[in-house]
Amino acid sequence: MYAQMIKSTGQGVKSLEEMDPQERAFQERINAGGKIEPKDWMPDGYRKNLIRQIGQHAHSEIVGQLPEGNWITRAPTLERKAILLAKVQDEAGHGLYLYCAAETLGVSRDQLTRDLLSGKMKYSSIFNYPTLTWADMGAVGWLVDGAAIMNQVPLQRTSYGPYARAMVRICKEESFHQRQGYDIMMKMAKGTDAQRKMAQDALNRFWGPALMMFGPSDENSVHSAQSMAWKIKMNSNDELRQKFVDECVPQAEYLGLTVPDPDLKWNEERGHYDFTQPDWDEFFDVLKGNGPCNTERLAAHNKAWDDGAWVRDGLMAHAAKKRAAKLAAE
Amino acid sequence: MSTSQTEPNKGELFEFLCRMGDNTLVLGHRVSEWCGHAPVLEEDIALANTALDLIGQTTLWLDLAGKVEDAGRDADRLAFHRDVWDFRNLLLVEQPNGDFGQTIMRQFLFDAWHLSQLTALMESSDAQIAAIAEKSSKEATYHLERATDTVIGLGDGTDESHRRMQNALDLLWPYVGEMFVADAVDEAMVAAGIAPDPASLRPAYDTLVNDVFTAATLTKPQDDFGHRGGKSGKRHSEHLGHMLTQMQWLQRAYPDATW
Ligand SMILES: [Fe+2]
Ligand SMILES: [Fe+2]
Ligand SMILES: [Fe+2]
Repeated sequence: MYAQMIKSTGQGVKSLEEMDPQERAFQERINAGGKIEPKDWMPDGYRKNLIRQIGQHAHSEIVGQLPEGNWITRAPTLERKAILLAKVQDEAGHGLYLYCAAETLGVSRDQLTRDLLSGKMKYSSIFNYPTLTWADMGAVGWLVDGAAIMNQVPLQRTSYGPYARAMVRICKEESFHQRQGYDIMMKMAKGTDAQRKMAQDALNRFWGPALMMFGPSDENSVHSAQSMAWKIKMNSNDELRQKFVDECVPQAEYLGLTVPDPDLKWNEERGHYDFTQPDWDEFFDVLKGNGPCNTERLAAHNKAWDDGAWVRDGLMAHAAKKRAAKLAAE
Repeated sequence: MSTSQTEPNKGELFEFLCRMGDNTLVLGHRVSEWCGHAPVLEEDIALANTALDLIGQTTLWLDLAGKVEDAGRDADRLAFHRDVWDFRNLLLVEQPNGDFGQTIMRQFLFDAWHLSQLTALMESSDAQIAAIAEKSSKEATYHLERATDTVIGLGDGTDESHRRMQNALDLLWPYVGEMFVADAVDEAMVAAGIAPDPASLRPAYDTLVNDVFTAATLTKPQDDFGHRGGKSGKRHSEHLGHMLTQMQWLQRAYPDATW
């Protein structure tokens, strides 16, 4: 998902009996559906895990501006350009709420930014794929925002209060993003031959990477079990991926497009679609930095940050002068 | 505005509306080029927001232009299927983004004019123009406030930010004069009570920018020379053509598609 492969620090889930009274009270509150707030006591592992997860999610929103920003200057109509601008502006806003949520855990936005720029912290693998035609704006909205929603709707009930509240705001906007993406796909799929070709090509290129957004199977993962006990992860990766496939296949059919999976088949018994796993070797390559756009994405952010240093310094220096002048006047 | 009114001809009114819409189209496009590359997240959001406002205003102006022209062209047709010589934007707004200082200085120099132009247009004898101006002026007020604060903050910031803002001002000042020079189209608009005499906006503009430059510790260039040719369409800069190759590529490569 936007936060993939988050390693928890725990060694497996402790039972309530194994916990000291403080930790037990904490876990019981979570079990009862209560929220943990910034000033509350929390285990170190919970805090560290959340910082990684929220930070990675925030970074994904930020880096996610680039593949779509790539088409703002080439949008086909004024309305499409405005919608895409509004969407990318929303994503930057999501980054901002999430950095604020992370800051309540005692890490600064500057620190998180440095860790993104140095490559120490990751962002979702999906944003390391290129956007090559206008139909990709449709596929990204439909599939990428769609996959994000799949994961983020349950996170509105996550145990950490500031994170849950950020998710509530974000989810409202994400469903608008998905609708506009599907609307682009619809126009393309029902358009000229060339447009239909672009739409199918976009689906072909984004299907696998979208399935990878949920991360590899974690049914037997100790890390995931701990995150689930803490309610900072609400569903298993496979569960969400299945839900995503089940939702997307009829949508693709409605568009008259073919999901690029020859083995895709409705399984009456399971009540789900059977589908082919994405190429996990490719996924691990992308995580290692070998996706098609890893280098460019990180370089673009580093350049923006470095080029902007004089602006940040200038505005800070001015604010300091104003404060000093105000003090002197008092 | 003028009380004794003579109807402008359709061509002049169309021309005037294209000037308004092309300014916001071209500047909105330029600002949108920043997407994801701003110095700080808050600026990414603010720049996207400014671009969004300007593109929204473009739709209103160019749709009205298309109606006035009555030749079956809507805002999209006008935006994406005209060539350089048909564009009527000021040379200022087609200038490249440069560094962030140039972008924000260009924005400030434009916003200061734009807001006073829109404020005057709210009194236009043409109700549709007055309505667009009223809606746009709220957005322009916010843009001008933000640009003003940023010009002052960076002008009076560090040595480097001061130097970059002074360079930006020196570079862009020669594009200011064009905003205040009237031609036959402007005269027809004044006669019809549709739009103000461009020259009438200059004194207030000078007062405003002088105050801001003083606060920003910037020096306005002595020479008031102004390049012309954008709003008349007679001679754009080389930059506009490159912008159009990007902005209009999709529409021209697939002319029979709807999007
Ligand atoms: Fe988002
Ligand atoms: Fe998201
Ligand atoms: Fe989104």
